[in-house]
Amino acid sequence: MRREMWKGNEAIAEAAVRAGVEAYFGYPITPQNEVLEYLSHRMPELGRAFVQAESEPAAINMVYGAACTGARVMTSSSSPGISLMQEGLSYIAGTEVPMVLVNVMRGGPGLGNIAPSQGDYNQICKGGGHGDYHPIVLAPASIQEAVDLMPVAFELAHKYLNICTILIDGSIGQMMEPVLLPGMQPVVRKEYDWAVSGAKGRKRHFLSSIYLDVPTEEKVNLRILGRWREAQANEIRFKEYYLEDADFIVIGFGTAGRIALSAVRTARALGIKVGLFRPISVNPFPYKRVEELVKQTSSMLVVEMNTGQMLKDVQASVRNRIPVRFYGRLGGVMPFPDEFVNEIQEMIKNPGKPEDDSADLWYLRMMAR
Amino acid sequence: MTVTIVHPENMVYTRPEGFTDTPTHYCPGCTHGTAHRLVAEVLQEMNILDKTIGVAPVGCAVFAYNYFDIDFVQAAHGRAPAMATGIKRVLPESVVLSYQGDGDLASIGMAETVHAAARGENITIIFINNAIYGMTGGQMAPTTLPGMKTTSSPNGRDVETQGYPIRVSEMLATLDGAGYIVRRSLHDPKNIRLAKKAIRVAFETQVHGLGFSMVELLSTCNTGWGVTPLQSLAWLEEHMIPAFPLGDFKIAPAVAALKI
Repeated sequence: MRREMWKGNEAIAEAAVRAGVEAYFGYPITPQNEVLEYLSHRMPELGRAFVQAESEPAAINMVYGAACTGARVMTSSSSPGISLMQEGLSYIAGTEVPMVLVNVMRGGPGLGNIAPSQGDYNQICKGGGHGDYHPIVLAPASIQEAVDLMPVAFELAHKYLNICTILIDGSIGQMMEPVLLPGMQPVVRKEYDWAVSGAKGRKRHFLSSIYLDVPTEEKVNLRILGRWREAQANEIRFKEYYLEDADFIVIGFGTAGRIALSAVRTARALGIKVGLFRPISVNPFPYKRVEELVKQTSSMLVVEMNTGQMLKDVQASVRNRIPVRFYGRLGGVMPFPDEFVNEIQEMIKNPGKPEDDSADLWYLRMMAR
Repeated sequence: MTVTIVHPENMVYTRPEGFTDTPTHYCPGCTHGTAHRLVAEVLQEMNILDKTIGVAPVGCAVFAYNYFDIDFVQAAHGRAPAMATGIKRVLPESVVLSYQGDGDLASIGMAETVHAAARGENITIIFINNAIYGMTGGQMAPTTLPGMKTTSSPNGRDVETQGYPIRVSEMLATLDGAGYIVRRSLHDPKNIRLAKKAIRVAFETQVHGLGFSMVELLSTCNTGWGVTPLQSLAWLEEHMIPAFPLGDFKIAPAVAALKI
């Protein structure tokens, strides 16, 4: 195997193929189109299912139907399309069937633009659709990491009978990088005792998200929560850089975390003992690890391409014990590493107080620019 | 429910094999039960009960999966044709049934319906048209007749502000992907027999891979219409058939060649 230049969306699509995806249903939306386009020829040539649906609601409901067979199925979309899929995602969560979703986030709200953004962290991590459910969300920071997480996503979706989302933004979807792709896995459809296939020689299976008997619905909710708690215990993923001797820690996920790594290296070259903590599983979020890091650091800087959505998860672990500074760029603006370096320096100069409202202070700084 | 037949030679009527023992929740007089039975009989006669997967809609038939003794899933409102597509594409050897009412199929799910037909998706839709939303209490449907009173058109459907009913079968018949599109009625025994034959042809269309098939069944909702069961059958014949003429709107040559 050798490394090849791949465009992010196409690499993700091929990684899904090699992870044994049996069916893909999607709808065009920039900046994720190449996933759909690539699979439109790749899936049929392997005899696997591909449908360009008439809409995102149709695509997600095709996924819903295919997921009920126990096959490895996926769709991909970008922010406005993901909003349209929320109904189906809630039904899929309520029916407890597995699927993989690739969300290539773009600037919003509304039609927004097609530039990279992380503005949908809350939507994708905290549910998005109605009802109590908790999708698993993995946020890679490079094409290679996205490729490596594709088989993991299918495994987690099927292990926890849940939605597993690969959360990236338009920059990872659109850029090209050298990638080492994994080998081709065979398509294996597991024999599930719930999957529909025709009731041949067995009792019928039926799948539904409706439980009119409310105590039963409560039990279903508890069952979904039970599997989520297992995922919380077992599926925490993150990466740490230069934390051993770090006096200050930057926290960022996905592209913001990758830009932060450049900033941290620059700051290190300037003699600042700063490290980077990059959550990969943003749901379940690594709360415990952040809590441990509070003990070794004097202040933290959270960087995001949104108004501070992950910041709230960090603060839930920090609980006002150390100052947390926030820096975000919005609406599709990608921050430069220099901006983060400047924020690191400002944080050291004026760390503030633990009880400061960091999102508020950031907003005031933005408005004063 | 166990029934002992004292003189088996006298038994002329029994539950089809495709049914569970669960009594339906449908209102007395409603034709959903008749439609369910016809589908179960056809699946049994074609010997495809164990390869059929049903998709239940949102509406009165939401619990259809309780009554059919076959694999079933339950869709979001209007999305049954999309869900059926997902199943059929992964399991092309299976038979996929989508059972939908007029609000589900022709209002919120119109896009899914039209595009499943346009793709020539090899699924069979049983479309219950009773001109009203039954489950939610009798609101105006996309097939409600002009002047017809419902809980959301209390003075009768005013076409000036509420538009006209949609003739779904005629519309879908214009699509090249549609293999078999017919409208039948459940208001009397003769028409029920014709409906059953059409349901058979629809499933044969699917089994032979000849494209999208749909049987629209004019049905009653005596509760929603505010009449007795008998009056509802007469009302259907008198008012619905003129608005929704019975007939064959699309029989692809390959389907006609099956000679069923």
